[in-house]
Amino acid sequence: MASNSSSSSAQQRLRIIAGHLQKRPEDEHASVAAQECKAETPRSNPSSAAPVPKRRQEIMKWNGWGYSDSRFLFNKKGQAEFTGKRYRLSGLILPSLKDWFEGTFGANLQHKSPATPTVNLSAVAPPNLNEPFIEDLKAAGVAASHDPEDRVFRAHGHCLHEIFALREGRIGRVPDMVVWPSCHSDVEKIVELACKHNVCLIPYGGGTSVSSALECPHEETRSIVSLDTSQMNRILWIDEKNLTAHVEAGIIGQDLERQLNEHGYCTGHEPDSMEFSSLGGWVATRASGMKKNIYGNIEDLVVHIKMVTPRGVIEKSCLGPRMSTGPDIHHFILGSEGTLGVVTEVTMKIRPIPEYQKYGSVVFPNFQQGVACLREVARQRCAPASIRLMDNEQFQFGHALKPQVSSIFMSFLDGLKKFYITKFKGFDPHHLCVATLLFEGDRGKVLQHEKQVYDIAAKFGGLAAGEDNGQRGYMLTFVIAYLRDLGMDYYVIGESFETSVPWDRVLDLCRNVKERIVRECKERGVQFPPLSTCRVTQTYDAGACVYFYFAFNYRGLSDPVHVYEQVEHAAREEILANGGSLSHHHGVGKLRKEWMKESVSGVGLGMLKSVKEYVDPQNIFGNRNLL
Amino acid sequence: MASRALYSPRHPVLKKRDDFEDVLEERRRSSDLRYALRCYTPTLYKGLVPCKVSMLKSIVLQSDHLQCVIKQVSSESGDSTECVAEEASLILDEMAHRMQLSTVRFFVFTLSKAFKRLFRSVCVNEEGIQRLQQAVQEHPVVLLPSHRSYMDFLMMSYLLYMFDLPLPVIAAGMDFMSMKFIGEMLRMSGAFFIRRSFGGDKLYWAVFSEYVKTMLRKGYAPIEFFLEGTRSRTCKSLTPKTGLLNIVMEPFFKGELFDVSLVPVSISYERVLEESLYARELLGVPKPKESTSGLLKARRVLSEDYGSMHVYFGHPVSVRSLAEGKIKRSQYNLLPRYIPQKPSVDTHEFLNDAAFRLVRIQEENMVLKPWVLIATLLLQNPDGMDLSSLTEQTDWLRHLALAFGAFLDWPDHEACSEVISCSLALHRRLLSVSAGHVQLSVTDAPQVETTPEEAVFQRAVVVLSCASYRNQILHVFLRPALLAVAMQSANSSRKDDIYNCFNFLRNMFSNEFILCPGDSVQDFEEACYLLMKRGVLQVLEHEIVMSASGQSTLAFLCSVLEPFLQGYQVVCRYLCEETNENLTEKEFIPAVRSFALKLILAGNTG
Repeated sequence: MASNSSSSSAQQRLRIIAGHLQKRPEDEHASVAAQECKAETPRSNPSSAAPVPKRRQEIMKWNGWGYSDSRFLFNKKGQAEFTGKRYRLSGLILPSLKDWFEGTFGANLQHKSPATPTVNLSAVAPPNLNEPFIEDLKAAGVAASHDPEDRVFRAHGHCLHEIFALREGRIGRVPDMVVWPSCHSDVEKIVELACKHNVCLIPYGGGTSVSSALECPHEETRSIVSLDTSQMNRILWIDEKNLTAHVEAGIIGQDLERQLNEHGYCTGHEPDSMEFSSLGGWVATRASGMKKNIYGNIEDLVVHIKMVTPRGVIEKSCLGPRMSTGPDIHHFILGSEGTLGVVTEVTMKIRPIPEYQKYGSVVFPNFQQGVACLREVARQRCAPASIRLMDNEQFQFGHALKPQVSSIFMSFLDGLKKFYITKFKGFDPHHLCVATLLFEGDRGKVLQHEKQVYDIAAKFGGLAAGEDNGQRGYMLTFVIAYLRDLGMDYYVIGESFETSVPWDRVLDLCRNVKERIVRECKERGVQFPPLSTCRVTQTYDAGACVYFYFAFNYRGLSDPVHVYEQVEHAAREEILANGGSLSHHHGVGKLRKEWMKESVSGVGLGMLKSVKEYVDPQNIFGNRNLL
Repeated sequence: MASRALYSPRHPVLKKRDDFEDVLEERRRSSDLRYALRCYTPTLYKGLVPCKVSMLKSIVLQSDHLQCVIKQVSSESGDSTECVAEEASLILDEMAHRMQLSTVRFFVFTLSKAFKRLFRSVCVNEEGIQRLQQAVQEHPVVLLPSHRSYMDFLMMSYLLYMFDLPLPVIAAGMDFMSMKFIGEMLRMSGAFFIRRSFGGDKLYWAVFSEYVKTMLRKGYAPIEFFLEGTRSRTCKSLTPKTGLLNIVMEPFFKGELFDVSLVPVSISYERVLEESLYARELLGVPKPKESTSGLLKARRVLSEDYGSMHVYFGHPVSVRSLAEGKIKRSQYNLLPRYIPQKPSVDTHEFLNDAAFRLVRIQEENMVLKPWVLIATLLLQNPDGMDLSSLTEQTDWLRHLALAFGAFLDWPDHEACSEVISCSLALHRRLLSVSAGHVQLSVTDAPQVETTPEEAVFQRAVVVLSCASYRNQILHVFLRPALLAVAMQSANSSRKDDIYNCFNFLRNMFSNEFILCPGDSVQDFEEACYLLMKRGVLQVLEHEIVMSASGQSTLAFLCSVLEPFLQGYQVVCRYLCEETNENLTEKEFIPAVRSFALKLILAGNTG
């Protein structure tokens, strides 16, 4: 840490510059040599950023992704635009999105499938309240509500079927009440009372689950209480000697990062959902961050976890960086998906904010070459903070999200680039694919690192394609969920799912799964060819994480969600048959439960069950995920 | 879709088959030379990785799989890896094809000439061709023709060229290699050569399987091989071999290919070129060695009339749908895919089952000519038949065969007697017709002085030649015939007893006929259904009763199986009476043959 003092003054300067840059509306094409940590970070002013309110529906959509003020729409001229002020893309016109959208899906702007605008409160079943529990809770002074809007908001994650039902105004089983503990001891009280009165608890963090984990089990007859951790959102202490921070688990990603930034630190944990997902949720699902190559995944980041279970509190006795004390009890907690208790506080590693950040991109003649390059980068263990490889369909998708070019010069430049790559270098525009890169560290090392990676890429026919392409690639990740809502306005439904797979099977798995999706759609009567695309999003020593996007136009289908689910099911079967894992970071929830035994063996499942039995014999944490 | 057809309950009568078109017609009208030189632009596989023949070789030699086996072999044998690699390279040189279009064009030219002389027509189902054209684009294709004649693979390549389909690479037996010039010609037209047996040779197996898989994975060309392994000398389908089938399915099992299409092809001849050659071979005259001079001598065949030939391209069978629910592909997850793995018990069972079903499809799509019916009847009446009763019975048999789903090519608007006399004329070498009496007889070798052994031999040649035609229709009658014999020998009308008897016969004949393992109940029900529909039987809840009018049909069916039962009896008698302890496999067949000869000469075959 010799450079600590010099770099921290540099960081301060950078932050000030970054602050200026962010406020400039015309910064879309500014090169991003010095920018605030992420493109995705909302542009909202840090000081005005409030923590998540109890009534989330006031700022967030009740039946779609993200903030109410931010959405894609096709304006009267038929051009796509993104509303609001929060994002870099906000307020911009995306001229090529319409053509891409209509061309890819066979969709038509004339054919709309709008969502129900407001919650039909009469469709919400009256709460099944456990009065003695409520009285004791009141006595304990814990905030609670059984307002239907609050309950509906916490009855779902963001699986397609969940959102689709909400848009149609269909509301299934919802929690009977919501409670907001404000600290660890509140949680202890709630859990104790739940045990006493036999109430079912479902922990709720950011609500970004895509595994049906938040769905209330319909067989549950007890009163279901959603335990919303959002008010437990303080950083309790920062230890600069050991570079750790002790944080309440309800904090959401962007708040954690912003508050640490104010002290000159970051966790570096940036899952795509970090605007909304919570620290406790990350722990409970074994989350993975985009920059794991530098900072590690959540299991590498946590030093200490405190969880309240029906049996009491589970935690380790010290903050030692590694222990040999039998199986690591953290691994009972990581990935437990809310079946054992509530994670209340986490001590995690922090790092000084990197001095320098640089995006980049490489174009490859085909996906195969791209994968070979990523494999080589992993072999040499020189992966940048993030390296992702998009296939051709996704590359084109990314292009459709290019904002309107403000100058003739820029569009001329774009044309020239395209000419160079397709004509001069002979890349087939229907095969080429792009890797996006993000480098982080001190400036000299970043530049050196960058050169090393581009040199490897060149061996696989890769051409450096600029920072802009790279940045847009990452932007795609965080707007994709907003885009799904746009699709759903025009009869297009879709979703993403992921897996991890050994290197030698990456290509085969990608091809087979994509083809399986296309074929299943055809066999199930989908009238238009689906979008079936993938990208490699993480590299490891022994394999990679692969992410699939799958969407189709459902006009002419009577039960589109069912068709969707069948296809996704088939795709998952295909993944497993090709040596892929059940999940890399989304988790199992209820959506993928049926494959758990196959995935971890009968004995493995038995082990997990016996833990559950010991920790929670009454099944208080009754979301029925995982097991 | 295809596999649904494969497993659906059979309704023989309702089976829809494509129409045929004669491909020689066009050849008779235009220049063969121009045809051979025409622009050939085959439909290509969408995932094709363009690859030269020479590149293919280095890809195979560099493959992880082969490298892995080379290391294994080297550490087991103590030879250096370079040495083993060199050996692998030699094996590949010996094996590999060197397909080139110019040689193919030469073949197209000469074969056009030859086919026109040999055959009256070569009929192909064009819908099958269209399906193949579709299949070729979608997934790598494996062509599985039946094997009755050397002509088979020449005809296959010829037809594929004709319809602008990619030319196949063909797994051929090493025997051809010994034909100096022709061997190389075949190599250049896409044949690759494999040794007849290499059971324990790990390195050979590795080179061979990697070679085939590489071509398949790259979509280099359709792979063609014969499920039956060799030409059937009896025209009865042989029980399939699964080795190559496993090789072509493995890339799917291991996820290297999304799917593989298997296309069964049924090739049938009105007159088989090797007809009497086969009979002699069966009687112990050694098969003439494949040699170029032998081929030149065989030119004689060019002057004869071989009638028509039918090639039926079946529906492509998707390996993916075939394996659905039967093969757990994740079993390959835990071992790097380049490490060779013996197929598991389940996989093996699956392969065997699939192979049998594919051969069944071949059988069912095999076109049968009227002569097949006539031969069946003549064999059942060794003393000959009057032309009129032959006509009458052939007509009866024709209707029975059709009712059982036979794929009969019977001229539409001709009188039955006309059809029969045509057939008799074509096969006159096996017959004597005098004063309206038709009889199988030796017309070829009118030697005056023959020993009794020679006479039996001559007669046997004729009978076996004729049997090779009857054998073509066996698959149609097989199941009802097994039921008929079972009823006869069960001595009971209880359904259970008859089924047990049926099952016994079925097991006994499991290597004789194509009877899918495990289909026993299905076969029994099919037999009952067919005979019931024909009014031969009444199947009650626990009993099976013969109806009064069914006698003749049952008698006919029993005599269909008669020669096989007799054959098995003779072998059993031999084993009981004559066996000495140290009988080797090599001695066994000649010994049985001479034992049977003795019995025949003694007039004691009962």
